[in-house]
Amino acid sequence: MKHVLKQFLLALAVCLPVVANAAIDPALLQPLAGDDPDARVDAIARIAASGSPDARKLLQALLDEELVATPAGQILIVHDSQAVDAATGQALPLPDGADAIVVNNRLRGATQAALSGLALLAPDKEQRLSAARALQGQDADPARAPLLRQALARETDPDIQIILRQLVAVADLAATDPVLRKAAVLALADSGTSALKPQLQAILAHKPDGSYMEADESLRVAAATTLAAIERRATRNDIVANLFYGVSLGSVLLLAALGLAITFGLMGIINMAHGELLMIGAYTTYVVQSLFRQYLPGALDWYLAAALPAGFVVAFAVGVLLERSVIRWLYGRPLETLLATWGISLVLMQTVRTVFGAQNVEVANPAWMSGGVTVLGSLVLPYNRIAIIGFAVLVVAAVWLVLNKTRLGLFVRAVMQNRRMADCVGVPTGRIDMLTFGLGSGIAGLGGVALSQLGNVGPDLGQAYIVDSFMVVVLGGVGQLAGTVLGALGLGEINKFLEPLAGAVMAKICILVVIIVFIQRRPQGLFALKGRSIE
Amino acid sequence: MNTLYNRRGWTLLAVCTLVAALLPLLHLALPADHPLHVSGYAMGLVGKFMCYALAALALDLVWGYTGILSLGHGVFFALGAYAHGMYLMRAIGREGSYGSLLPDFMVFLDWKDYPWYWAFTNHFWYCMLLVVLVPGLLAFVFGYFAFRSRIKGVYFSIITQAMTYAFMLLFFRNDTGFGGNNGFTDFKRILGHAITAPGTRVALYLATLALLVGALLLCRWIVRSKLGRVLQGVRDAESRLMFIGYDPLAFKLFVWTLSAVLCAIAGALYVPQVGIINPSEMSPANSIEMVVWVAIGGRGTLVGPIVGAFAVNGLKSWFTAAFPDLWLFALGLLFILVTLFLRKGILGTLPELARLLPARLRGKPAAAAAAAAAEEETA
Repeated sequence: MKHVLKQFLLALAVCLPVVANAAIDPALLQPLAGDDPDARVDAIARIAASGSPDARKLLQALLDEELVATPAGQILIVHDSQAVDAATGQALPLPDGADAIVVNNRLRGATQAALSGLALLAPDKEQRLSAARALQGQDADPARAPLLRQALARETDPDIQIILRQLVAVADLAATDPVLRKAAVLALADSGTSALKPQLQAILAHKPDGSYMEADESLRVAAATTLAAIERRATRNDIVANLFYGVSLGSVLLLAALGLAITFGLMGIINMAHGELLMIGAYTTYVVQSLFRQYLPGALDWYLAAALPAGFVVAFAVGVLLERSVIRWLYGRPLETLLATWGISLVLMQTVRTVFGAQNVEVANPAWMSGGVTVLGSLVLPYNRIAIIGFAVLVVAAVWLVLNKTRLGLFVRAVMQNRRMADCVGVPTGRIDMLTFGLGSGIAGLGGVALSQLGNVGPDLGQAYIVDSFMVVVLGGVGQLAGTVLGALGLGEINKFLEPLAGAVMAKICILVVIIVFIQRRPQGLFALKGRSIE
Repeated sequence: MNTLYNRRGWTLLAVCTLVAALLPLLHLALPADHPLHVSGYAMGLVGKFMCYALAALALDLVWGYTGILSLGHGVFFALGAYAHGMYLMRAIGREGSYGSLLPDFMVFLDWKDYPWYWAFTNHFWYCMLLVVLVPGLLAFVFGYFAFRSRIKGVYFSIITQAMTYAFMLLFFRNDTGFGGNNGFTDFKRILGHAITAPGTRVALYLATLALLVGALLLCRWIVRSKLGRVLQGVRDAESRLMFIGYDPLAFKLFVWTLSAVLCAIAGALYVPQVGIINPSEMSPANSIEMVVWVAIGGRGTLVGPIVGAFAVNGLKSWFTAAFPDLWLFALGLLFILVTLFLRKGILGTLPELARLLPARLRGKPAAAAAAAAAEEETA
């Protein structure tokens, strides 16, 4: 669909010059050669308003100082000593006595603005979007309104339409006609963003003697209404943005903690090397990306499809190796496990530092992950965050299925509930321990692949997540998958809603304090198993 | 364990103390080219190690004897250091780079006056009081809530680590009034004496030695008392102790707070000798490293952690100078190997080794261990 549209626009672009040949009215050209600066600027705006490719060519020529005026009053474009009549597009010999049209700074500014306005009519959607965004950053100019209106009328893309409507209103707001201004203020009630608040507040401003700067009362009322609408919308957008980023942070925490929910939550292993398993997943992504760059540059956009299984397998292998070589000798001695796994984490970190260097490595988002979807007018939700939320849902579903619907899951639960009984009925407990730890590690690897898409990938990546991961698992209640999910999402949301109030670091500190207090109140976590047991 | 504290053991401890006390004399009295001269650097290093040893001793009291593994002792260490650091910052006077009475970082932040919690910190003894009170109070409050809810074992370790992490983030902030990530440094004098003068350094060194030995004797007295036996009961069978009728809360709280205070004192001694304190001292990794000193030396031996602190830090000084890239490998392997093969640490394993020796050599392991410690100290 997109492809067809592109073809169509391309065809249109090829046709346009033919149709629009000799489209510039000589009457519009005439003032360019004159001396009146206001008339010249006005002429430029009106030429630009025609929106034809010829207008663009002419303005570009003006900017490059390639325009000459003949004594006969013709305006010629001289390029590589080839003269072309700007009005008719016919090639002419360069007549004697032609004067170059001098461009001063004011004219240059007007021409540049007009050219950027003209880009709004470009056939390429991206070009139009970037032109519209660029205009958003500039001061309002009522002279641009006709061009903007024309662009709006031709625009088909809804995103750009929204921006253009806003731009038209802003341009009108700077006009002198009160009717136009009021209409603009009212239009902004539907489309304005917080960036426009100063202009609207200017309407409501007082003079030093207490009277209003703006005499027209109905305009002031309209401005106040619009301001209120904009503020309401900004609040709503903030809440939605916080919700979204909270869910996003929650899904990141969840991916980081899910592996730990298995190794720590189910098996009771204090795995301080968990963060390093995340790091291994992230570095595997980096290696896969490098391999794709080297050998399959065409399929680079799909390297993640290979990185996911690779991250799982590598982390799984490392996990199994750790379990067999170190951790299994320490079952039943949690504090020693903590120390040994911390040692493992140091060794893994230093290994990565030795192999890949101490600097962060660059992991790029695939092209389909960059950019975002705009909702509610101005809120941009990045695709990579959306993808990670979806991925977290998938991983949780997969873990749930493995634990509850497979034979391995049955064995895992059996061994964790009653190791001796499971052993008696023939469950190979040693192998199940190995596989469970491997599974937890592999999921950490998957989490690492996901994290590589959001943040920096460096040897310290794991350290940043280890405390958070433990918090999530402990908060959710050890051994409870649902608790882990809820704990992660809850932490994410609380964090994002606290951040604007207290700042990022204070929010984090607050959360740690809240968790410490919470654990003291309910040592078993959110989802405590009911029952009486002591030790 | 008793084999460590027989007559030979005590004699060796006394000898070690004496040797350690002689170091500054060798530093001051002998000319720099004398073969027995101890350089200021070496003395500073031993002084620093003694601070670490004091912290390890404090940790052994809670971990080795009461079974509470703290991953947050770095906070107490750093709080003690910061409390002393406040005095040292005030003592700089107008010699900072901005010539203001305020510390440089406050001038930099454009603060006009000290925040309220800096009040009276220009008095040395008030700051010494803070060194004891602030970490003590923090430990008391934290411990009260944690122990009352019967949080134990790994859960306690994890929340102490979260506490460390929270404190580190807090102290990294510029607006908390503790110098942000630069912390306190550039000290000029303590109690009117120039901080870099050999005399001052020797005094600090001797104070550290005295406090370390004093703390060792205190801890030894505590663990031998009836109180100490209750603590070991908490470690080995807390539920049984409760069924007998003891309330572990008060015992745990006492030893936990005492340990925090000892650790804070270590921090307070550390800061003038090293000349800097910044929030990275509070990083979770540092607290865990303290645990390793205890584990390697031998938990539940009191002398062991001191040996461990000297051994690991001596190794660290050597490694980071000779093979900087390999230090983390070495430390990581130490963690793994000690937990796998040396469960009781160096000193805990020695009595077992002694049993393998012929009868006429028995009774010497403590001597060997203490000699190892002495070697470390003189190194």
